[in-house]
Amino acid sequence: MTLFHTESILETINMIKVHHLDIRTVTLALSLRDCCDEDVKKVGEKIYNKILKYAKNLNKYADELEAEYSIPIINRRIAVTPISLIGESCKNYDYVYLAKVLDNAAKEVGVNFVGGFGAMVEKGFTRGDLALVESIPEALRVTDRICSSINVASSKSGINMDAVLKMSEIVKETARVTADADGIGAAKLVCFCNAPQDNPFMAGAFHGIGEPECELNVGVSGPGVVAAAVAALPKDADLGTLANKIKQIAFKITTTGELIGREMAQRLGIPFGVIDLSLAPTPTPGDSVAGIFQAMGLEHAGAHGTTAALAMLNDAVKKGGIMASSHVGGLSGAFIPVSEDAGMIEATKKGFLTFDKLEAMTSVCSVGLDMICISGDTPSDTIAGIIADEMAIGMINKKTTAVRVIPVPNKKVGDMAVYGGLLGEAPIIKVNSLSSTGFVRRGGRVPAPIHSLNN
Amino acid sequence: MKDEKIIVTLLGADKVGIVAELTAALAKYGVNIEDIKQTIMQDYFVMFLLGDLKNSTYTFKEIKDALDAVGEKLKMEIWVQKKDIFDKMHSI
Repeated sequence: MTLFHTESILETINMIKVHHLDIRTVTLALSLRDCCDEDVKKVGEKIYNKILKYAKNLNKYADELEAEYSIPIINRRIAVTPISLIGESCKNYDYVYLAKVLDNAAKEVGVNFVGGFGAMVEKGFTRGDLALVESIPEALRVTDRICSSINVASSKSGINMDAVLKMSEIVKETARVTADADGIGAAKLVCFCNAPQDNPFMAGAFHGIGEPECELNVGVSGPGVVAAAVAALPKDADLGTLANKIKQIAFKITTTGELIGREMAQRLGIPFGVIDLSLAPTPTPGDSVAGIFQAMGLEHAGAHGTTAALAMLNDAVKKGGIMASSHVGGLSGAFIPVSEDAGMIEATKKGFLTFDKLEAMTSVCSVGLDMICISGDTPSDTIAGIIADEMAIGMINKKTTAVRVIPVPNKKVGDMAVYGGLLGEAPIIKVNSLSSTGFVRRGGRVPAPIHSLNN
Repeated sequence: MKDEKIIVTLLGADKVGIVAELTAALAKYGVNIEDIKQTIMQDYFVMFLLGDLKNSTYTFKEIKDALDAVGEKLKMEIWVQKKDIFDKMHSI
């Protein structure tokens, strides 16, 4: 009896060693709803203690699993209840203080990000929501490991244009107060439409109010593996064959994530939540979603046909991955961040990828306008227009969309913004210079769309 | 933990004593060998070994560290992985 297949072993090793297959993140999602108190110091104390209690072994177990399966687990993170909900139990709001507490807890347990410094405001602000939003620039300036996400729109509620306008100013101010690092604060700030409540990926991870006390969510990756598999097909293989190959690879990637997720959850003694089967690129050569487009036959990302290729890729990844796991959630699909993908950076530098093409691609990708650097003197009303457009795509198409643009202070179109690590680098790209002011300053909400007469 | 199966994969230039070195280390650490396959691929020696940790008194980490040292001594690449990653990835 054959107890193992040597081809399978070599294929797995090759996927890890040559094509950068990894577990992108194990994210401990934790409710902080029992940390409410009238006294903000007590809230801080409860939050700190709870995070330490649940996450103290997160790194240790991740290291163990990394060794046992020889697969890198790149990031270990924590997602918490939107902090606006917790902080508004206090008599005197102090969200910057709570951000510092989260940052200290993150450093103590050794995770690289805590997500959930955010609020859900698609229909309007509570007093706590507004206080949190207004604290974001300072909170992201004085912390290192906090990510903030604000849900400003949904298919059920429409677009809160007051929130969009507010967030455009917050994005710009956050970039301004972190100008010494090319506005890195804005790289940790995202506006959502239809934000998933169990997403393990930053900057948008948080632990939604319908979620359990705690759970372990996993994000897998592997664009390099997909690109290599597609490139190995004959050049004249038809699109059905191509889609099938992507599905097979997505299945393999996802089973690995599921295995690690379940083992990790068991060791932590908490339930396994979901696997987010996203293709998340890194700036490392060969770990690029743009590289998949080239393997599919496009000259480069940005060529006409890119949106169609991305649509097919996104769908095939979901179809392959869904078979491999009992619980799929989060963002699940293909990410197209500019600064975090060597192929996207190159395409943007060469002018192949424009802002408008990126926006078109977001109508079929799994997230949205992601890690796009724009000139620091872009008016906030223009940023509000950018956010409104992207929210409209999500609202009408009943999908998650997001905006993470960075108005890089003191830099102009063609300059480079450099962040290093997984955040990478990106050229400043041109946005439309026409004014959006009259529209975005009308105030109120874009009403929820009709869900029939789909055309 | 103890009923875990591992797959050890050894890759590199062929030389005298590869199997002897590896199996000696496995015996020392109480790992039972259930199957071995070896082949030459593009001038490289590749060996696959299925081991059972059931009767070992050592931890996975101790065994992996010992086998990594064997790989280093032989100047070969060595991968020590729990078997279920392959079972999950390559079957429906």
